[in-house]
Amino acid sequence: MPEQIAVTVNGRHVAVSSGTTVAAAVILAGAHCRTSISGEPRGPLCGMGICFECRVEIDGQRHQRSCQIVCSEGMQVSTSE
Amino acid sequence: MNSGQKEFDVLVVGGGPAGMAAAVSAAESGASVGIVDDNPQLGGQIWRGEVQNCESEASRWFERLCASNANQLCGMRVIDQPGLGVLRAEGCKGFCDLSYRKLVLANGARERFLPFPGWTLPNVMGAGALQALVQSGLPVQGKRVVVAGTGPLLLAVAAYLRKRGAEIVLICEQASRSSLAKFGLSILSQRQKIGQALSLRKDLSGIRFFTNCWPVAAGGDGILQAVIISHGNEVEKVACDYLACGFHLVPNTELAALVGCAVKDGYVDVDDFQQTSIPSVFCAGEPTGIGGVELSLIEGQIAGLAASGKNKASQKLFSMRTRLQKFATRLDRGFALRPELKKLALPETIICRCEDVTYGSLKKYTSWRAAKLQTRCGMGPCQGRVCGPATEFFLNWKPDSVRPPVFPTILENLAAMPCQPEQSHSGAMRGPQ
Ligand SMILES: Cc1cc2nc3c(=O)[nH]c(=O)nc-3n(C[C@H](O)[C@H](O)[C@H](O)COP(=O)(O)OP(=O)(O)OC[C@H]3O[C@@H](n4cnc5c(N)ncnc54)[C@H](O)[C@@H]3O)c2cc1C
Ligand code: FES
Repeated sequence: MPEQIAVTVNGRHVAVSSGTTVAAAVILAGAHCRTSISGEPRGPLCGMGICFECRVEIDGQRHQRSCQIVCSEGMQVSTSE
Repeated sequence: MNSGQKEFDVLVVGGGPAGMAAAVSAAESGASVGIVDDNPQLGGQIWRGEVQNCESEASRWFERLCASNANQLCGMRVIDQPGLGVLRAEGCKGFCDLSYRKLVLANGARERFLPFPGWTLPNVMGAGALQALVQSGLPVQGKRVVVAGTGPLLLAVAAYLRKRGAEIVLICEQASRSSLAKFGLSILSQRQKIGQALSLRKDLSGIRFFTNCWPVAAGGDGILQAVIISHGNEVEKVACDYLACGFHLVPNTELAALVGCAVKDGYVDVDDFQQTSIPSVFCAGEPTGIGGVELSLIEGQIAGLAASGKNKASQKLFSMRTRLQKFATRLDRGFALRPELKKLALPETIICRCEDVTYGSLKKYTSWRAAKLQTRCGMGPCQGRVCGPATEFFLNWKPDSVRPPVFPTILENLAAMPCQPEQSHSGAMRGPQ
């Protein structure tokens, strides 16, 4: 049984197994990642760190590519919802 | 914040099959080796999250790498070349300068995305992208997935997602059956591939698979709910939770270009020893051509051996490489994009997702450079990696070379960098919005 890790996405608690990326946690929380210049909701496109569509704020640091960062206990994620 | 400097005989950029094979071969030849990859773990695209799974081919290479003296630098992305023989890598804790005598670039490929109405909706993503997300923790049990686009990756992804409990509603392959038949022939002439193809067929049994079929629109209220596909003369609306859609792969050549290596027809130009136009720089795996994991492994070994002065040993692998390259050529031909796809985007379809630039506003221009200056297309943080290949296919534009840093960097690290003589770089340095 993989170890469970608790994070929050826009204040909501989400439990994920260890090794889960922040992008996966955001989708699990039912949120999108960023809002585009013309106001569209966006989520991950490439899953490999090149498109920058999965940017979120992690522990106060903005513009983090959530597909490249693994969740750690107590991490606070906020998306532009 | 500078985290220091490291020196290696052989520096390998990219920790996929090509990079791991290069690092193992160079380290086992006695060179001091560093291998840098931007992911939290080595493995690259195909072996993501697998290197510690016992009994896999990935783990065998990983064990050899760990047993060697190679220095593994994960979570570090190479962004610039501050001087000759030095690359700068950035991680979340700052940057580090890596100097080398020989460099092996093994930085892989990315998916090609072709814009169509609705492709910017959340849950429409690359085929490899959905696989990567699932490999890194996204559950898809019971989710309805349409897999679309072109290339062998579609089948691999569909089989993987099904194993993880997803319902694969449909696989849409744009290539025609006759084009695929040629590719099928080549599978049979490749003994290694037969097993793979047969087991895929078993894993995919019962799934609807259409050739001559592609998505024309995706719809949903703030999130994907359905996709409309074109199939022959018919269109069909298919409800789904995810659309995993990629049109084969595009080699990552930006880093090679930054270092000054010649790039020919979209691929890094190499000789028999995987040596680029710059004698100290080698290139292996997908940047030199899209050929799959076996070819990446062979090219990686050749590059690693040649970079550590073992030319004789590397020559033994040449014939194997030739065989695998033939397969790669057939792959390219079999899955060539059909001209109908050039009409996928409508005037209001967004092409540049970073800057929300529509197809209509781009069509006025005759070159990538003019469009870039006037519309900001390709000026966002992806630096044209997504919209460049799309405009190349839709409008026959040749993408501009990427300026350093080849990836947007954390602003704090930029501030800590020594002044760059050429201030015109600042345009490309704009960080993520
Ligand atoms: C998204 C995706 C999914 C794929 N899935 C499959 C699959 O399931 N089955 C299959 O047979 N083939 C798959 N492929 C094809 C696959 O690319 C090859 O089979 C194989 O992985 C190629 O190995 P490689 O070592 O050449 O490149 P890769 O495996 O792509 O390795 C390149 C590595 O370099 C890293 N990198 C790139 N730029 C930098 C930089 N500037 N700094 C630091 N590191 C960098 C990348 O993150 C990556 O880890 C996939 C390709 C993609 C793009
Ligand atoms: S999904 Fe493309 S950078 Fe994260």
